[in-house]
Amino acid sequence: MTAAVDLTGVDKTFDTGARGAVHALSGIELSLAPGEFVSLIGPSGCGKSTLLRVVADLEQPSAGSVLVGGKSARQARLDQDYGIAFQQAGLLEWRTVAENVELPLHVHGVGKAERRARAAELLELVGLADFAGSRPGQLSGGMQQRVAIARALAPQPKLLLMDEPFGALDEMTRERMQAELLRIARESGAAVLFVTHSIPEAVVLSDRVVVMTPRPGRITEIVTGRRPGRADLEPDDVEDVRETAAFFTAVTAVREALRKGHG
Amino acid sequence: MTGPSLATAAPRRGGGVLAPVALGVLVLVVWHVVVVAFAVPAFLLPTPLAIAQQFVAQFPVILSTAAVTGGNALVGLIAGFLIGLLLAVLAASSRLIAELTTPVVLAASAIPIVALAPVFTIMFGSTTEIARQLVVTVVVIVPVFVSSARGLRAVAPVHGDLMTSLAATPWQRARFVRLPGAVPYVMTGLRLAAPAAVIASVVAEYFGGLQNGLGSRITSAAANTAYARAWAFVVASIVLGLLFHLGGTLVERLVTRGRPA
Repeated sequence: MTAAVDLTGVDKTFDTGARGAVHALSGIELSLAPGEFVSLIGPSGCGKSTLLRVVADLEQPSAGSVLVGGKSARQARLDQDYGIAFQQAGLLEWRTVAENVELPLHVHGVGKAERRARAAELLELVGLADFAGSRPGQLSGGMQQRVAIARALAPQPKLLLMDEPFGALDEMTRERMQAELLRIARESGAAVLFVTHSIPEAVVLSDRVVVMTPRPGRITEIVTGRRPGRADLEPDDVEDVRETAAFFTAVTAVREALRKGHG
Repeated sequence: MTGPSLATAAPRRGGGVLAPVALGVLVLVVWHVVVVAFAVPAFLLPTPLAIAQQFVAQFPVILSTAAVTGGNALVGLIAGFLIGLLLAVLAASSRLIAELTTPVVLAASAIPIVALAPVFTIMFGSTTEIARQLVVTVVVIVPVFVSSARGLRAVAPVHGDLMTSLAATPWQRARFVRLPGAVPYVMTGLRLAAPAAVIASVVAEYFGGLQNGLGSRITSAAANTAYARAWAFVVASIVLGLLFHLGGTLVERLVTRGRPA
């Protein structure tokens, strides 16, 4: 089976002019299986967002190869093979909630009736069916972020790219969103590449947690996460996972890997 | 705990209208008393009462001349708005066009309308309104262009990334993000231009042509030493300017309704 994402020897250098070049990514080797949930974690400046943007073809790698579903990153973007959610919801405030969810389909010329039906289905999925006709400005931050996730899912992508989508949410909303995201990922069968600052979040969501260190940004360690619902995991509930011994072991492993990277 | 905030908000809102009205009445009273007490000659300053009497006496003429001046302002406002917006869209779509148009339009902002008006009147003849409408158009283009061009450039980085990730064409970017995103800026340009259109329309009439507008009536009344009548037409011009200001504000509110301020 073709890997959802396949990165080989990826390097990225930003030329910042007078201050010289910044080595954002160095020798990145990473592969995501179809349906796999992988988190990128590390301190600010470790290149985790840059890595996500390279996969999304929003940045060009300086060296190495990037394959998304067996295609070049550019081709995958043009074919709308991935859905992306950013740190900010980035909704278009002059469109209704439903019209925001429809945007990717609208851009790709899907007919109106089909767009409407798909948006209704997705808003149901993220629990915002009652807000289809609202303007984004009328929603809370957490609700806006759920709309952004519904938008990312609209073209039924086999890959979801998420750049700290829950970063601005309060802890309660965040945990609820994590459970939602797991359910959505499982139902859609999409692979997820997820950037986060939070160790527990990375562990609870992921099959694998990729620990990165800065200057130059590189992968130092890959820790097995505790994503619920996997074959080797009994509990199907995020809350239960948070209380297992395996969860604490994984959290400790990620923390130590991060500390080692700093040392 | 909404009680106290409501209690303080209500009188403040009432005061917002009352205070300027009270000030206006006070100014009129002081004006009248000063003119009468010091026997100020009418060519220097007529009393507000005399102006009001003239306003009533000339009311039918004021209406017809205001319609002409307002009509010229409206035609020029619409034409200038469309041209300014079109130039801004062109400037936003191509760097070359931006570099060609921006300095020219900004230079146009330095053109004194008093310099243009007599020239246009000679160019288009003194029996048409075209010269006056053109003066208004030139005055309106500048604020609409500047504001719209800024709005069209102000695309949030996250929206730019989003449209790139969706592989949107340049036209789709314009249609889905740039144009709707610029609407509040465009409307601000229109609101700023609306009262300026009336000023330009009135001033353009000072330089000859048909004697059918507020501006021409002001000059002719002043030339005939009918000072209170001249002032009555000045008041009418002020009212017309306020109406355009209100109209522009209303259109802006209606169009940008439902958006965060």
